[in-house]
Amino acid sequence: MKTLITLRVNGKEHEVNVDPQTPLLYVLRNNLGLNGPKFGCGLSQCGACMVLFDGKANPSCLMAVERAAEMEITTLEGLVDENGNLHKVQQAFIDEQAAQCGYCLNGLVIASVGLLNENPNPSNEDIQAGLYRNICRCGVHARVIRAVKKASSV
Amino acid sequence: MNTTRRDFIKQLGFVSIGFSLLGTACMSNSDGENVAESDDSNRPDRINAWLRIMEDGSILVLTGKMELGQGIGIAVAQVAAEELNTSPNMVEVNLAETGVTANEGYTAGSRSIETSAMSIRNAAAAAREKLLSLASKKWGIPQSQLSLEDGVISSGGQTMNLYELLEGRQINEDIGTPSEIYGKTKRKYVGQPVPRKDISQMVRGDLDYVQDLRFPGMVHARVIRPSSYTSKLSSLDESSLKDFPGFLKLVRIGSFVGVIAEEEYEAIKLSWEVNNLAEWEMGDELPADVPLKAHLKTLDAEVKTEEEKGDWENAFKEAPIQHKAAYYKPYLMHGANGPSCAVALFKDEMLQVWSHTQGVYPLRETLANLLEMEENSIHIKGVPGSGCYGHNGADDVAAEAALMAVEFPGRHVRLQWMRDEEHRWEPYGTAMIMELEAGLDDNGKILGWKYDFWSDGHSTRPNGEPNTLLPARFLDGGHGVPGVGFKGGAVRNSNPYYTINSLQTTSHIFQGPLRKSALRALGAFGNVFAIECFMDELAHKAGKDPVEFRVNHLDDKRAIACLERVKEMTAGINKGNRQGMGYSFARYKNSASYFAVAALVEVSEKDIVKVKKMWGVIDSGETINPDGLKNQTEGGMIQAASWTLREEVKFDKEHITSRDWHTYPIFRFEEIPEVEVEVIDRVEENPLGAGEAAQGPSAAAVVNAVFDATGERIRDLPVNPVEKYLRGIDFKGNL
Repeated sequence: MKTLITLRVNGKEHEVNVDPQTPLLYVLRNNLGLNGPKFGCGLSQCGACMVLFDGKANPSCLMAVERAAEMEITTLEGLVDENGNLHKVQQAFIDEQAAQCGYCLNGLVIASVGLLNENPNPSNEDIQAGLYRNICRCGVHARVIRAVKKASSV
Repeated sequence: MNTTRRDFIKQLGFVSIGFSLLGTACMSNSDGENVAESDDSNRPDRINAWLRIMEDGSILVLTGKMELGQGIGIAVAQVAAEELNTSPNMVEVNLAETGVTANEGYTAGSRSIETSAMSIRNAAAAAREKLLSLASKKWGIPQSQLSLEDGVISSGGQTMNLYELLEGRQINEDIGTPSEIYGKTKRKYVGQPVPRKDISQMVRGDLDYVQDLRFPGMVHARVIRPSSYTSKLSSLDESSLKDFPGFLKLVRIGSFVGVIAEEEYEAIKLSWEVNNLAEWEMGDELPADVPLKAHLKTLDAEVKTEEEKGDWENAFKEAPIQHKAAYYKPYLMHGANGPSCAVALFKDEMLQVWSHTQGVYPLRETLANLLEMEENSIHIKGVPGSGCYGHNGADDVAAEAALMAVEFPGRHVRLQWMRDEEHRWEPYGTAMIMELEAGLDDNGKILGWKYDFWSDGHSTRPNGEPNTLLPARFLDGGHGVPGVGFKGGAVRNSNPYYTINSLQTTSHIFQGPLRKSALRALGAFGNVFAIECFMDELAHKAGKDPVEFRVNHLDDKRAIACLERVKEMTAGINKGNRQGMGYSFARYKNSASYFAVAALVEVSEKDIVKVKKMWGVIDSGETINPDGLKNQTEGGMIQAASWTLREEVKFDKEHITSRDWHTYPIFRFEEIPEVEVEVIDRVEENPLGAGEAAQGPSAAAVVNAVFDATGERIRDLPVNPVEKYLRGIDFKGNL
């Protein structure tokens, strides 16, 4: 049964009429048109769908939308400020050209922002441990580690 | 891209480049309706097949290739920018699209720079000469007094935009042979690490992947998978489905079953429901009772001598040092991070498909045969997807979306596979067995060499035969399954690049139990892995340094330069306890890029191997974008190390059991080695395909390093099989 649910996404309130069990990912993408978070596995195994919940990075592919209503959600799109300036992690990914196909990039950027929220000066090992939930098949990991290191020094 | 245009695209969820500026539009229009295709403007010998001058003087490049994350977009933009002396920021790229771009077959085999980029370079150089000659006539000024920069021709104080010069026309002359290639002489943009424009879009969530397309009225589909490759639907009572939220249609054609719903999650839940309702007749069993390696040798095989020279048999008999070894690689998965996806619309007897296929034209031909439609009633637009590393489910999902769109006309049908479908139904890189034998003289020179390998074909890409598309086998009547496919893929790099006077290479081509097709490097992965491990073994038998041993068998200076450079890069490295260093080299296809690699590994007390660092040196001739080349090579090294250490497709009697990232583990961040890549840029040479060069050599370097660390040879992949890996890590996941 569809229900009206209010979500706080990227600093704005959105009302959606959906089955409350729908995973948040589909609502963000299909109801709110936010293409940053991607469907990768639907099993919380790959990180492609990560968003920030109250500043912490977690997958959105298994979380029922009704549970997400309590939290402040930030997607990749919401990391850009109102003047169009990129978050330092986004800029570092561009500077290091840390992508090939880029399908996993949403999760990597979000997880890196989440990591820096908790640990502003991570070592390479901290970065590797902090991104353990994210899968990248193209093999840009080494560039991603450099990008996060760079962002942490800004 | 300006704000208005971006908003416009966001609204429609669809990218179509420059359609409003092309005059008689031949591309799909903004809301995804079918439009008439062009005449012969995509004839590859014509300039306008490859580029158009836009109203603002910017350039639209038309490539028949697809962006797969390999960076072809920026590379073709750079070569065009160079020849037209125009900033790469003023160059847009239209990817493969039927009826619009030239038919360049597949984006495969590391051929896009060698083919598409070189065609675009020649077309742009010819266009420059044509434009300058036109301006010269128009102004009555000799060409030597004209200059062309950033879409504007100038002389003294006067300027003219290229579009004005052409008065809105395009240049449809033959390309011919341009007299100067700026990419060779000036190199203002070519050879520079120009950043990719799409990465700036990706970090904002602003790049539209095929998975992100959204059209007004679009509906969502899912497929219900049979229990095995050959099972048939025996019953399905669909009467209860009509009450399901969002239910629009059950598509049932023979044993092909799909559902269509208004919303995506409704389609997913419906597919679970139909999966519960459907009953399947068990198909043929897979050979799960015997080790796969043993099973493959029992299959009927077509045996062929691929290469034979010298008296290799006697060379063995006389050799004072003799050695043989057998190697194995399992089935490997492409394992795209984003499951395959397509959107299809059937309306007014026209079929429109948005796809991340590697070949829009071959897919169109094959779809036409599958659907019994005319090719000119099908329009396929290539849209980037998740990286594919070869032929994965991209074409299959396009065929499934098309089948469902025909059954549900008038609305866009979006189909994305779920994770277990991608893992269990994609066509894998085939398992292979490699057996080598050689004889050496007392100075460590190879006298005779014998190589036998067992492999399935390596490519069953769409080729006009419907059976190359997954759903075809399940339709009424059925189209059967493809045979062995492209045997040449198995033979790739089976002959060593080394100078050996007496040798024999023999292929044994079987048809294996699992669905298979082209995976990055095809047979070159297994062949180079085995040949380069064997070279390492021979070096030790001969008491030689492994790099020196290889150099002693090479005549090609470029090959030697790569090996010597990688040796220098690793010269100061001190190996710690239980650490080892391994080396390897190959020239991809024996005709494309040269690549030498070193790997430093550490072996834990419980025999789990971890790669600490890898060094690579690549010579791809003339480099178009050195950072793009490094990115591809670093990625290839990491991916190949993951294949080598962790990966193996598993199955039981019914079907594939590697169904997610837990049951098919690949490298995660904690397993990632440091990587360092150097490029040897040779401007005077032709550019060579590079995207697959790292795969085979990287595997061998890792395995050779394990021997250096432990004195034990590993000859079967993966090095750290799941069972062993799980025994070897503690409860926190540390080695």
